[in-house]
Amino acid sequence: MSRLSLEQKLAILSDAAKYDASCASSGGQKRTSKDGKGIGSVTGSGICHAYTPDGRCISLLKILMTNFCIYDCVYCVNRVSSNVRRARFTPEEVVTLTLEFYRRNYIEGLFLSSGIIKSPDDTMADMVRIAKLLRTEHRFRGYIHLKTIPDAAPKLIEEAGLYADRLSINVELPTDSGVKTFAPEKDPVQIRRAMREVKEHKEARSDRSHTGKRPPKFAPAGQSTQMIVGADGANDSTILRTSSRLYTGYRLKRVYYSAFSPIPDSSSALPLIKPPLIREHRLYQADWLLRFYGFDVEEIAESGTEDGNLDLDIDPKLAWALKNRHLFPVDVNRADREMLLRIPGIGQRSVGRILSTRRHRTLRYDDLRRMGANLKQARPFITLLDWHPRGLTDTEHLRARFAPQPQQLQLL
Amino acid sequence: MSYRIALPEIDTFSAWRDVARRLISAEIPPEEILWSRGDSENDLFARPLPPLPKSTITVPKSFVSLARLAIWHCDTTRFHQLYALLWALHPDSTLIEDRGDIRISRLNRMAKEVGRDRHKMHAFLRFREIGDPDAPRRRFAAWFEPSHYTLEPALPFFTDRFGDMDWSIFTPDLSAHFEGGTLRLTEGIEKPALPPDATEDLWRVYFRNIFNPARVKLNAMTSEMPKKYWKNMPEAADIPELIATAEARVRAMAEAAPTMAPKRAEVIKARGKNRDT
Repeated sequence: MSRLSLEQKLAILSDAAKYDASCASSGGQKRTSKDGKGIGSVTGSGICHAYTPDGRCISLLKILMTNFCIYDCVYCVNRVSSNVRRARFTPEEVVTLTLEFYRRNYIEGLFLSSGIIKSPDDTMADMVRIAKLLRTEHRFRGYIHLKTIPDAAPKLIEEAGLYADRLSINVELPTDSGVKTFAPEKDPVQIRRAMREVKEHKEARSDRSHTGKRPPKFAPAGQSTQMIVGADGANDSTILRTSSRLYTGYRLKRVYYSAFSPIPDSSSALPLIKPPLIREHRLYQADWLLRFYGFDVEEIAESGTEDGNLDLDIDPKLAWALKNRHLFPVDVNRADREMLLRIPGIGQRSVGRILSTRRHRTLRYDDLRRMGANLKQARPFITLLDWHPRGLTDTEHLRARFAPQPQQLQLL
Repeated sequence: MSYRIALPEIDTFSAWRDVARRLISAEIPPEEILWSRGDSENDLFARPLPPLPKSTITVPKSFVSLARLAIWHCDTTRFHQLYALLWALHPDSTLIEDRGDIRISRLNRMAKEVGRDRHKMHAFLRFREIGDPDAPRRRFAAWFEPSHYTLEPALPFFTDRFGDMDWSIFTPDLSAHFEGGTLRLTEGIEKPALPPDATEDLWRVYFRNIFNPARVKLNAMTSEMPKKYWKNMPEAADIPELIATAEARVRAMAEAAPTMAPKRAEVIKARGKNRDT
């Protein structure tokens, strides 16, 4: 094999990394380089430095250390049985690319992942070495996200958490049986054990010692995971129940849903499909309802379709409201926060504004418009001083008002 | 007859705050003041402000954060609008919590637009190296065209982040220079010719390869990265080609027949099984 240039390696190893949905740089510990003795900062809220035509944000330099891999996960572009071109960065190359991109304001930091080479421990040790080089030798204070190898030694995971802002371990598929079928070398029990270890390290290091000193922070931006949607047969209710367990059981910051997407040199065991992007979008909306709107996973599951999936035509909050019309219309001037959050078209921010303004006066229709509520959606579900939906809430065709019109057939 | 107040182009917010406090204390109503940025048009009927004593007044915190952003908006009535709200808050400071009030929602919208402009400047500004890469402090420069007077409020982000290098940011309105840890602002310039930077080519390689042709979603891209920014972003030059070839690339993936696994796959998999037992 001829020696690859840095440019060729970058092409191969970013192409290999693009199926990981996460690129977030939020939630890190705030840092600066104002002292002039290093480079980089973390603002806490994350920045998308560019968008590709797939609408995804580029926040981090998302690359694989190597796409050589000894595993054979059917859905993965880097599986051992694939004929894609292989490459491997040296630690110094990763460090240089990160720093040079960072200095030109292209990125917030590094998201490093890897195929498994030799052994999980060897791979993890190399990744930790890169993070350590960046932090200690180059005084890099930007964001680092390391994809943790679940089978790596606990000691290595602990070290990774000292250099990285975020750790993640992919659960890969929503069910254990899915993992066994499509990622035969991976063990769901081991994946969960590794996630528990990260959670425990983080908790142990957030307590002060008896002297009142805080230990060095462990992965301050927490841990996240990813599930592939549409490769196995799991329905949306199953997926959301898995997410809900992950959020509560392992204190995950985010669960990412990645629509299974065509890959070059795909396996005959998994035919290529058009990636289910709307389904992925609805899952994110439902995920939001679980985390920020006080919804229970079963409430969302019940307002979906009969086969246990989310309604693709309307968003899950609207779907829930349509199934629970007896609770509407809600009096915006009297309802409590919990109920306001359940009104379709009214988000968290609008709820905050409603509550703050309500302390002084009674709200009218135009007030809500100025507060940024989506009244087209909210209208049938609310009453205000000068607005009542009358029979609109109960009309049979309410769903049809929101669902997209059926597309007209075209002559071929 | 009204008073004319010309605010400086640099440190505009502190100057506005200082004079607004004095005006409130002297009980001069908003309609008697003509505000401007820099020494612009002379109003024949305006007169300069008489010296007023320094003063402090208390205002809700949320007004200060609103004013700190809205003051950089390009709407010429921004100083007046802020002063008029301050005037209204003076007898009744709880008014600021009324998010349905027209004056407040208009200023909030302006503040939001400046906030977004600043965020996009933090995101889409691109430095090029213009000095010796081996110098103890490396030197970079960038050109950016904000939609409002956003350079000054955007600067703390850059001084926090790029602390160990020297840099200049040029905009049509003002320029900022950070040298040896000291920041200074000078006049704006026309778009300068910055020397080419080889790292931009690597960045474009990354941009092309991180794109997934099977998930094209143009609206999602352009709503977050409107076309007006593209001309100053090196990677944006690749967007038309990426879009044009996406469909054919996906079709080729689907039509390609499954290949035989490479020989090494069996060997590696067998090795893995042995280790497990």
